Amino acid sequence: MALFNLNINGKTQEIDVDPNTPMLWVLRDHLKLVGTKYGCGIAQCGACTVHLGNNAVRSCQLPVSSIGEEKVTTIEGLSENGDHPVQKAWLEVDVPQCGYCQAGQIMTAAALLEKNPNPSDSEIETAMNGNICRCGTYIRIKKAVKMAAGAAANS
Amino acid sequence: MVSVKTNIGRRAFIKNTSLASGGLMLGFSWLNSCKSNEAEKMEVREMPKEWFEINGYLKIGDNGLVTIISPNPEGGQNVKTSMPMIVAEELGVDWNNVIVEQAPLNTALYNRQFIGGSQAIRTSWEGLRMAGASARYMLVAAAAQVWEVPAAEITTSAGMLHHEASNKSVSYGNLASAAAQVSVPEEVELKEIGDFDIIGTSKKNVDGTDIVTGKPLFGIDTYKDGMLTAMIVHPPAFGLKLKSVDGEAVKSMPGIQDVFPIKVLEDDFTRQHFDTCAFLEVVAIVGGSTWEVMQAKKALSVQWEPFETYTEERQPYRGPQQTLTIPAGLESTDVHRKKMAEMVSKKAEVVRKDGNPEAAFKNAVKVIEQTYTAPFLAHNCMEPMNFFADVKEDSAQLSGPLQKAELTEQTLAARLGMPVERIDIQMTRLGGGYGRRSYANWALEAALISQKMQAPIKLVYSREDDMTGGIYRPAYQVTYKAALDVENNLTAIHVNAGGIPESPLYADRFPAGAVDNYLAQRWEINTNITIGSFRAPRSNFMASAEQSFLDEVAEAAGKDPIDFRLELLDHASKNPVVSNPIDYDAQRYAGVLKLVKEKSKWGETTNGISRGVSAYFCHNSYAAQVVDMRWENDKPIIDKVTCAIDCGIVVNPDAASNLCEGGIVDGIGNALYGEQTFKDGVPQKSNFDTYRMIRMGEAPKQIDVHFVENNIDPTGLGEPTFPPVFAAVANALYKATGKRYYDQPYLT
Repeated sequence: MALFNLNINGKTQEIDVDPNTPMLWVLRDHLKLVGTKYGCGIAQCGACTVHLGNNAVRSCQLPVSSIGEEKVTTIEGLSENGDHPVQKAWLEVDVPQCGYCQAGQIMTAAALLEKNPNPSDSEIETAMNGNICRCGTYIRIKKAVKMAAGAAANS
Repeated sequence: MVSVKTNIGRRAFIKNTSLASGGLMLGFSWLNSCKSNEAEKMEVREMPKEWFEINGYLKIGDNGLVTIISPNPEGGQNVKTSMPMIVAEELGVDWNNVIVEQAPLNTALYNRQFIGGSQAIRTSWEGLRMAGASARYMLVAAAAQVWEVPAAEITTSAGMLHHEASNKSVSYGNLASAAAQVSVPEEVELKEIGDFDIIGTSKKNVDGTDIVTGKPLFGIDTYKDGMLTAMIVHPPAFGLKLKSVDGEAVKSMPGIQDVFPIKVLEDDFTRQHFDTCAFLEVVAIVGGSTWEVMQAKKALSVQWEPFETYTEERQPYRGPQQTLTIPAGLESTDVHRKKMAEMVSKKAEVVRKDGNPEAAFKNAVKVIEQTYTAPFLAHNCMEPMNFFADVKEDSAQLSGPLQKAELTEQTLAARLGMPVERIDIQMTRLGGGYGRRSYANWALEAALISQKMQAPIKLVYSREDDMTGGIYRPAYQVTYKAALDVENNLTAIHVNAGGIPESPLYADRFPAGAVDNYLAQRWEINTNITIGSFRAPRSNFMASAEQSFLDEVAEAAGKDPIDFRLELLDHASKNPVVSNPIDYDAQRYAGVLKLVKEKSKWGETTNGISRGVSAYFCHNSYAAQVVDMRWENDKPIIDKVTCAIDCGIVVNPDAASNLCEGGIVDGIGNALYGEQTFKDGVPQKSNFDTYRMIRMGEAPKQIDVHFVENNIDPTGLGEPTFPPVFAAVANALYKATGKRYYDQPYLT
């Protein structure tokens, strides 16, 4: 066990865990930030995507000891009131079916738009290809990403 | 208006005095995860000072806010929005003033709280309408009493009651208290379909905000004070059972509290249909955090041994009790394939025979014969199997993602030795179901672990436990044979369908009834690999093979594939084969083909685009699809899928389209990539690095869904778009590559 001071969603959190514990389980089990989902545990499905700094990363493969002072943002911290352009677009397009993978999809999409505010279809596909949706909402996800890009461009 | 007797589902309308105080659904505050949606809305809405329960489906607040209870579990079909919409329609309220709550399992109040068979809306349609209509009746009766005017002169609109002659109006909220005292009518009038103003309009998912902000909605999100985390270790191969476990070493690992074997089902237990269980004894590991338990799971030493052939008693969903034989042995996919191939030439059981197929084949000018196969498939719900259990000496509080909670509860009661009345089950949102969560062996495991630990626990399967745990879509094979006469008329069809361990055959479905000479046969090969319902069971394979085969027969007959199918359906419609029944409506079937033909602009060619068509009937609905494909860099790119579907009245059109789009994407993924294989009993794919799932780049660029407009009561929607797309893909692949695709997955 070891003590870590983590910057999560703008707050400092003190955690005493095994240094190898992936951030996924620190967030879920220790901080009860359950929006970040367990899907595969091997960085293949994207359900656990969070932001480390400005990058979308798979929290299931991210040991707590590797974080240091880098800022971690989860779906709960993406916006104050659920009004990030990507979240708004997701609601407008009514993307989710079961909804389980969607937090990870949204985090990947938000990181993409941060770096590339006006992505092409193929750039969206490349960025989102690591996020599996078994319900098959991909067409709506793509539509929502484009809508969010448009909204950001107009604001 | 249509008068309907309220006897269907009446138990939910009749006030139960034991439930009247405190409100019917207020008793489940212990499950915080179900309440977040309401809590969220409370912040922005002024909540009523008092709620009045009108019946088991709804309560009205003194300020006019209405809570509608959604009886069925939600797993992505969007019933939590569409079922309350039906109640709201007949009640006559503004949808913006409706709050939706998930019902707990309550067999005394609700009918069929299942996810399965695409039947939620179809089987609850009338009951939900009556729930709203009888509440509206009670409000009108209360207003008539207060105003001293005839009830027939009172009208309602958007949560208000009006009496035009005396120019009086009052809100539902003001009369809710009085309405709650009115006796439930024996008969109610339902709206004319043409007067609907909520049904048929698109409403957003009621849980949308909670989903996009990461609120705890799913079973796996359950965390309680003092809750322990549990995982299980199951045999690494089908055909093995537990020999011994040495848990001492891992018990001293950080956070670990206990390690012990559990017997999931007693050997002599008579199983119901959904009690399928591959591994009768597993090892439980219980500890503090998930990561700690995962580490102990890796370190644990367990010995396994082969089991002998055994039998189990089983009460199927329909029909008499059976004794099933579970064969010993470590099975492999290459052996399965050989055994299935041998069945092509073996005698099989005749299930249906029309006319004289032997003579028709003898007299045929052309005979076309092809064999199609498909592998076992894993469901791969994105939320791994999990369940929360707090089992005490004389009661149990349980919650989790269940498709058939009512049946799971009965098995839990038997296994825990506790009457069902002492068991409380809350149904959490399902992170996907597709059939997998009808088989809740993990719920039993969780309850038994909690009972042993005398503590609340949450059982979580790893992705590997989930993917290697059985309940697969069976492996199937079908051989089709067609006879054409000199004028290229289809004179006979022979279908011989089997699988491991069940046959996929639906003998009375198309093309039965459309061909004068028809022979259907079935066979089965036993296995110890467990199977279960998988989105459109059996249909998902039969559609792929039948609709690929008809494409090939149409080509041999020199006919357009849509025209060829329409000719057959015309035959079934005008000159049906009367010797045996058929279970489809040939005109509705033809209707979706005609619609997809028009909407896809079938017949117009575009350079580089290869097109495939397919149509199928299942779950009381009809779906047809055209796939537009390009072949680039040795792989298919699907530009567009045009889908026509006849599912009767569409309650929530945009959400319905979403579900159809999902069925199509899921179908394409499984057709191209889906496969679970075995070597010496060991599932060869255990996570998404080896089990290929469709991803965004492989999904169609566009899907257009067109609903047939009619006033037929709603039928299935979650499943019917899934089966036909397999064949639409195979037929487009043929056009793109010149090669017919007979074995799934089509791309390996």
